[in-house]
Amino acid sequence: MAKQVTLTIDGKQVTVPEGTLIVDAAKKAGIDVPVFCYHPKMEPVGMCRMCLVEIGRPVIDRATGQVVKEADGSPKVQFGPKLETACTTPVSEGMVVVGASEKVKAGREDILEFLLTSHPLDCPICDKGGECPLQDLTMGFGPGESRFIFDEKMRMDKHVPLGELIYLDRERCIQCGRCVRFQSEIADDPVIGFYQRGRSLEIVTFSEPGFDSYFSGNTTDICPVGALTTADFRFGARPWELNNAASICSQCPVGCNITFNTRREARSGGRMVIKRVMPRQNEAVNEIWICDKGRFAYHFTEGGGSGNSERLTQPLVRKNGELAPVSWDEALQVVAERFRQAGSGLLTLAGGRLSNEDLFNLRQLTQGLGGQTALYTQMAGGDLVAQVGVGQGTNFADMGAGSAILVVASDLHEEAPIWYLRIKQAVERGAMLIVAGARPTRLEKYAAHVVRYPYGSEAAAILAMLNSLSAKRPNLPEPVQALARSPELQAAAKAFAGAQNGLVLYGSEGLGLEGSQALAQACANLLISTNHIGRANNGLIAVWQRANEQGAWDMGFRPRTDLAEAMKSARVLYVVAADPAGDDPSMAEAGEFLVVQELFLTDTAKLADVVLPVEAYTEREGSFTSGERRVQRFYPAVPEPAGLKADFAVTGQIGQLLGLDLEARFASKVMLRIASQIADYAGLDYVRLAEVVEQWPIVGRGDVYYGGTSYENSQGLGVQLAPAAQRGAAVPLAWPEFASQSHSQQASAEGLLAAPINRLLDRGQTVWPSTLLHSRIPQPYVALNPADAAVLRIPSGAMLQVTLNGTARLAAAHLDENVPQGVVLVPRSMGLPIFGPAPVEIRRAEVVSA
Amino acid sequence: MKVIRSLVLVSNDPRSVELGAEEVFRALHAEIRSQGLHDQVRIGTIGVVGEQQHLPLVMVYPEAVAYGPVTLDDVHLIVEEHLLKGQIVMSLLRFLQEPAGELAWLRTRSGALPVQQRIVLERAGIIDPYSLDDYLLHNGYTALGKALTSMTPEQIIDEVDQSGLQGRGGAGFPTGRKWGFVRAAPSHPKYIIANADESEPGTYKDRLIIEGDPFSLIEAMTIAAYAVGANEGFIYIRGEYRLAYQRLENAIRLAEEHGLLGDAIFGTDFTFHIHLHAGAGAYICGEETALIESLEGKRGQPRARPPYPPSYGLWGKPTLVNNVETLANIPAIIRHGSEWYRQFGTPSSRGTKVYTIMGNVNFTGAIEAPLGITLREVIEIYGKGMKHGRRLKLVQTGGSSGSIVPASLQDTPMDFESWRKAGASLGSGALLICDERTCVVDLAKVLLQFFRFESCAKCTPCRTGTQRLYQIVDAISKGHGALADLDELQQLGKDMELLSNCGLGQTASVALRDILKHFRDEVEEHILERKCRAGVCRIPALSPYEIAAAAATPSQAAIEEFEGSTESV
Repeated sequence: MAKQVTLTIDGKQVTVPEGTLIVDAAKKAGIDVPVFCYHPKMEPVGMCRMCLVEIGRPVIDRATGQVVKEADGSPKVQFGPKLETACTTPVSEGMVVVGASEKVKAGREDILEFLLTSHPLDCPICDKGGECPLQDLTMGFGPGESRFIFDEKMRMDKHVPLGELIYLDRERCIQCGRCVRFQSEIADDPVIGFYQRGRSLEIVTFSEPGFDSYFSGNTTDICPVGALTTADFRFGARPWELNNAASICSQCPVGCNITFNTRREARSGGRMVIKRVMPRQNEAVNEIWICDKGRFAYHFTEGGGSGNSERLTQPLVRKNGELAPVSWDEALQVVAERFRQAGSGLLTLAGGRLSNEDLFNLRQLTQGLGGQTALYTQMAGGDLVAQVGVGQGTNFADMGAGSAILVVASDLHEEAPIWYLRIKQAVERGAMLIVAGARPTRLEKYAAHVVRYPYGSEAAAILAMLNSLSAKRPNLPEPVQALARSPELQAAAKAFAGAQNGLVLYGSEGLGLEGSQALAQACANLLISTNHIGRANNGLIAVWQRANEQGAWDMGFRPRTDLAEAMKSARVLYVVAADPAGDDPSMAEAGEFLVVQELFLTDTAKLADVVLPVEAYTEREGSFTSGERRVQRFYPAVPEPAGLKADFAVTGQIGQLLGLDLEARFASKVMLRIASQIADYAGLDYVRLAEVVEQWPIVGRGDVYYGGTSYENSQGLGVQLAPAAQRGAAVPLAWPEFASQSHSQQASAEGLLAAPINRLLDRGQTVWPSTLLHSRIPQPYVALNPADAAVLRIPSGAMLQVTLNGTARLAAAHLDENVPQGVVLVPRSMGLPIFGPAPVEIRRAEVVSA
Repeated sequence: MKVIRSLVLVSNDPRSVELGAEEVFRALHAEIRSQGLHDQVRIGTIGVVGEQQHLPLVMVYPEAVAYGPVTLDDVHLIVEEHLLKGQIVMSLLRFLQEPAGELAWLRTRSGALPVQQRIVLERAGIIDPYSLDDYLLHNGYTALGKALTSMTPEQIIDEVDQSGLQGRGGAGFPTGRKWGFVRAAPSHPKYIIANADESEPGTYKDRLIIEGDPFSLIEAMTIAAYAVGANEGFIYIRGEYRLAYQRLENAIRLAEEHGLLGDAIFGTDFTFHIHLHAGAGAYICGEETALIESLEGKRGQPRARPPYPPSYGLWGKPTLVNNVETLANIPAIIRHGSEWYRQFGTPSSRGTKVYTIMGNVNFTGAIEAPLGITLREVIEIYGKGMKHGRRLKLVQTGGSSGSIVPASLQDTPMDFESWRKAGASLGSGALLICDERTCVVDLAKVLLQFFRFESCAKCTPCRTGTQRLYQIVDAISKGHGALADLDELQQLGKDMELLSNCGLGQTASVALRDILKHFRDEVEEHILERKCRAGVCRIPALSPYEIAAAAATPSQAAIEEFEGSTESV
């Protein structure tokens, strides 16, 4: 523990660790030092001068080294001639800080007056008005009136797009540099900066497209004025009209804590609508940041029950070949009857965006009928994560020197941006990062070791690492042996094994279900063998493709490799939150009877015999289990739309019609059942999930100037589950099964292998309805090496006909030297049917003239 | 060995080059060759010292005669008359200062500027700045030799400390103490930086030092590096100083080739490398922490201080940042000892100072004189009196951030202590001498225009304060001022001094403060009488409408009377 230092701030004695800045020490003591440029997450710069205070230090006798005493025995304190910045000055023993003097008061008044000389004071039309640090501090510390003349204010551009997502109002900017510093220090996307100097200083973007960063929205939260606003919320509502509802981002397995700001508005027909997404502080998950996908891609939830969106509004039953609206009673009766007839012929296929409660009920229903369940995913290993997954108490913020992080088969910047951010920060604190991948990714910039393997050898690479650590060298398959000879791989393995803490994140790049299973097992073996299990900051994390796939595994769902056959042979297929037919037309041949439970009329739903419309997760409550196995609650943000039900309720009601004991009313009661039946979730209830503890930095509505407008967390930090290894269970090593075909056998006649990759912003169903993002989402494309392209005579940008799994689609050619030769990268959820590595045929599409 | 009979040096500073110095050089070269004198006459270039009015100059030694301005037409005359026949060309003759170098044969002339005491400029104008041999002939590198072979770093720092040398960049911090801080700083490696980003308007002493005697800076930096324990040094030179840059580049190369820089200097195990970096034209980069940021490749903005560069400088390491002139004093101090150095200047301010004289005097240029001479001496002796016999009104010292000194203070000795007492600062040594035709409001406006343009905009008070100060002064100069503006200006100035992050904001209002202190009546005249006594500000006469409006404004008494009458109703 760092040395403690005691000082006096405005007469109050404060003891804080050495190195703490005065401004933070004051905050901890409940004394507000006003700031604009300072932000507790960033390096101080002392630009705005708002935090100036008087600082006195005890006089030390040079000869004796002792503190000089006054006549009354108190230490003699000498004050500097000038005011000093509380944000750049660390505390020292015996320091006396005065923030309440006339001199300081006058200084603060002057600074505010200076700032306001060039501020347009257009608060009545400013998005920040009502939650604006400049407003608040002017009210709190300002002079009340200005000597400066309104007519002499500088006039500058008010609507400067820094890209499609963020707008700059140059007049409002007070040049605190928080946004510039966030982008360079925290996001390491230095795409905006200061240009010019003096009163001509302005923020500019120098990327193409403008402000090209996945974290750009955060700058609008920490901007202390209304200079930066999002295109999404801009002029959308006034802060004081907004209600807030705690929620969890449903876009990826990080499980960022968010707040939905809602209001009831005439523009939306008098209904309650979501106006924006704001980060909600959870220092163990997302701190106070969210990525732009989480911030802007919520629009898919809109319009429930209103009929003015793509959302389904009422149950549909196929009559005379056409889907026709029916009552819930009728639809549920039809479904229940079919399910009863199907019995063990029921196959329930669920997607990973469902909540734990939905998944639990689905499993209970299906098992009650003797049917089978399947998880619609291309990733495996959730069972291993439950065994050797990260220990309870894991927090990236605690990782630094002594921690090793291995990321394999994942482009984290695209797949889980907040994890990317937090791993980058862990590396900056001294953690050792190993990135294993088939091609360069952005995260490698921070890696101490990079292990390169060919697509198809993901598990082999990890096994090779493991093998290089043991003296015994059993007979290994050739790919493993070849990789094990790489010095870089050996060094990485040694470094990982030698670290105090070891964490592995595995993803799904280049992998299908079988490969993923093998990789997960290999990773688990590495962790078990190097004893990096059963403790906090150790273990396995899966970079799932959807938010709650870990929860689905925990509820008992498993993916199956023979899904297509199983779907065809099922007597009744019950598809919930999945669209196999949309992803791959060959999956359209379902069994005898198809029930689809969905938000939208998907391609699969169009084929269904019964379609059951459900509520979006913003319209109900529930819980997700994050990749770090943190169970977190989300609350309803907008009222339940008439005519829709939550997934768990639909399933519960079907079950009840079938005489099964299922909870169909309250998600909280489903959680109680989960807690009683699923060992890992024992003891959980909604009350525990809602518990909070004090977090640092202190953010929230009361002092928006300090941490920005990120929301204080008062609705729950969630509970991280303990894996089996931490609960004392034995975890066995198992030999992973390699994919039946080797890499070369899978390639097509042209010798090209399609490898799936993941994009943050794709054309998936939960992204595409947010039209604002369209400019950042390219046309369907595949990426290939220029050398391969040259052989095939494919110029960059050419339109290709890509034949995958028997389906031909059009896609643009992206040439990229980072793509290994012989491989075609195919992004998932971009309109091309890719599930795992597969042979691919590409040729230039014939240009059809109109 | 060849006997050189004459040495011909052609001035080669940017202004001279602009005026055709290079053509003159080539013509001289050709002419000397065609006259068959090339075995007896050596031709070279010099950085010009002092004289700024008769460029390009051609100096001929050993007679130490200066001709200027020299055109191509004069070349034949100079070669034929002077070099061939040994007769001075009286029609082209310009007198120069007494060279104060150590070669006795150069001290034979009279009739030039009065004797200056030259330490930092002792070789400038005398040696060929491209020639290491010249530098070595003039005692070059004896100081480094002495330092490396017979002195410990502590002894060197002690010697510098004892000499009483104070920083010549403007603040006057004791150099020896700064060196001591850097030496004592625990972290490694350490760096030294020569601040040659001379951006204070009107100051060009560092340019003259570098252009005239580039090796002395390199020698001084090497000594400093040895003293503080640095192995890497940087010269941050103003981007416009192309010639100085070239000469430094050449000097660094020559020094490296001769084992005077680089690895194993003087055969010892001391290693020191110098990198040259040209600035990009921002005034603020002369501030040491902004300079460091800029050197690190970042936006040139001052850091929050403390920590100061001696403990946390370049890349977070202990860094010595010294002005070029400060460093240029070092070789002489080491060579002659601190005792010798202390004989120059006054008890509180030792040594000499290079002043750059500008404005309404008969002679403008640079001089080096001991600290403690008075402004009157500078104007009368070196400036050769005020132009057209006009009266001195004020002097601005030290460039834009410097003080305004009224004529009444012209007998105050110019040293750090006396001027501090008089409420002024010596600054960089620029002396802007203004006669009574200078308007103080206009002067303030020009200075504030500079600051509002050059404020780096990092901190609020400076960014908006400079703009606001300018607006108010601009309004006064146009006849839109009010008396209340003057209090506001003073208050703003005080606020900026108290609240700003660095020297720029803290001193931007110094000149204005001095003007309001010494020339308030003149500023008030602009406001109350709409008059500019110097005739510089163009204040339009009030229009008939404005006069009528002013007359129609009811007096306070009338208002009170009116209010009284309504109450009684």
